[in-house]
Amino acid sequence: MALLEIEHVDVFYGAVQALRSVSLRVEQGEVVSLVGSNGAGKTTTLNAICGLVRPRAGDVRFDGQSIARVPTHELVRRGLVMAPEGRGIFPNLTVAENLDLGAYSRRDHGAVKTDLDRVLALFPRLNERMRQKGGTLSGGEQQMLAIGRALMSRPKLLLLDEPSLGLAPLLVKVIFDTIDAINREGVTVLLVEQNANAALKHSKRAYVLESGSIALEGDASQLRDDPAVKAAYLGE
Amino acid sequence: MLAVNELLQQVANGLAKGSVYALIAVGYTMVYGVLELINFAHGEVFMLGAYFGYWPARWLGYMPDSGEKPQVPAPVALLLTFGAMAACALIGVLVERLAYRPLRNAGRLSALITAIGISVLMQNLALVVFHADSKDFPRMIDQQSVVLGPVELPNTKLLIIGVTALMMAGLFWMVRYTRTGAAMRACSHSMKTASLMGVNVNRIISLTFAIGSAMAAVAGVLISLDQPRLTPLMGLMPGLKAFVAAVLGGIGSIPGAVAGGILLGVVESVVGGVAGTTYSEAVAFVLLILILLVRPSGLFGKSGREKV
Ligand SMILES: Nc1ncnc2c1ncn2[C@@H]1O[C@H](COP(=O)(O)OP(=O)(O)OP(=O)(O)O)[C@@H](O)[C@H]1O
Ligand SMILES: [Mg+2]
Repeated sequence: MALLEIEHVDVFYGAVQALRSVSLRVEQGEVVSLVGSNGAGKTTTLNAICGLVRPRAGDVRFDGQSIARVPTHELVRRGLVMAPEGRGIFPNLTVAENLDLGAYSRRDHGAVKTDLDRVLALFPRLNERMRQKGGTLSGGEQQMLAIGRALMSRPKLLLLDEPSLGLAPLLVKVIFDTIDAINREGVTVLLVEQNANAALKHSKRAYVLESGSIALEGDASQLRDDPAVKAAYLGE
Repeated sequence: MLAVNELLQQVANGLAKGSVYALIAVGYTMVYGVLELINFAHGEVFMLGAYFGYWPARWLGYMPDSGEKPQVPAPVALLLTFGAMAACALIGVLVERLAYRPLRNAGRLSALITAIGISVLMQNLALVVFHADSKDFPRMIDQQSVVLGPVELPNTKLLIIGVTALMMAGLFWMVRYTRTGAAMRACSHSMKTASLMGVNVNRIISLTFAIGSAMAAVAGVLISLDQPRLTPLMGLMPGLKAFVAAVLGGIGSIPGAVAGGILLGVVESVVGGVAGTTYSEAVAFVLLILILLVRPSGLFGKSGREKV
């Protein structure tokens, strides 16, 4: 049984259909990436998984249970967490408060402290900025905060929406290395990226989304050699 | 010298008046901070707070009279206040639940019209239930004058100022230092992102209404110390002025609401002392126009999205 299964999901914004019968699955322990051009429906897919938009048809199952009607905050408690597009950090809260909110639904305060230390070990730059307002961080630091904050909830499945967007190449590498590290610690990852090259390199399997439908799917290494993918997404 | 003392006296009086405005204003500003909604029914919650203190006092057999002796012992007065706070919190939560929540995605104009409708509804319900004739709140403390350097204040006003300071300190602490407070500030930035943290946004909104309404209830009981006359329309002007205070301070900002309330109370008192009370009633609106011209985001208003 897959950790996450999406079956024939349709999503509409008003009269406009953004997703057409999208199906995908993420197995326990995998990194799966979802690539596609602007407006393909990647963010919509993630939003449909975590309950920010509701599918008109189809089903979303997490850990064997349908979550199509479960509120977003409840999914966080169950271990399904998203670091949203554009980072979504709280600029009016300090870095420490942002991280603490990541652990909002947890009551095991001792373990939260340990997790905070782990997150700060992963992103030492945040450690120096704990008292600073989130809005004063640089773009790269904000991305680290967004990922670190998501980890504070101890997710089973982490949804990342364009974590490398707008970052310098060196930082992009840091972010992808971090994704590898998080995955090694047992967190399953569904990764949305425009940087298809890096995404495919760092994931096991991948889906290609085109105008709201899944156009291709398969092993990441296989897709990297696919001429159509090369032409459309890898700029080769 | 006399003039300076007179001025200081008016400032002291204004602090008490402003405290009441501030207590009401935080309710406007907190709700606005999270929902961007002006809860025009909030002045009526203040009025209900006064009645919710008054009726149990009467049921318990405490009678209003013009004597100086307290009729309600302090522990009972405290219990009455807690009761009024709880009842108003419940009403605030119910109003949000039944009137505002169904319209949350329907646009601001619908919400505004609903708020005005709820306000009128509550006034008229109060007229039916409490009757139009005024009621006198039984005396809660032994009225005395206290001399503080150049000014002399009745202990009732000092109590109003003291209780307000205590309530505000508690509120600041909650918003600033607890995880729930952080969740409120997070919701005021983005409810969607807050829900991605596992925050139950509806619960935070209910809590916001509950706290704001409880603070208004405290204002309703406190003002009865100073002006014990209750009428179903008593929420109208203080409600409107507290709203002006919230805008003065920068709507969405809690310190702003407190500063705006105090400022309004003090300026009203001073103008009242110098030019007579006829003019003091206009102060709120003159200040409102001035601030909207000079600094529309208010004293503590930020250009960014920080609100609570
Ligand atoms: N709230 C909305 N209301 C109406 N249309 C929307 C809304 N959100 C997205 N859309 C539309 O749905 C389609 C898919 O959008 P989505 O944000 O999922 O794309 P994306 O693949 O994440 O793109 P990008 O790479 O630019 O982030 C687009 O055509 C977009 O215009
Ligand atoms: Mg997107």
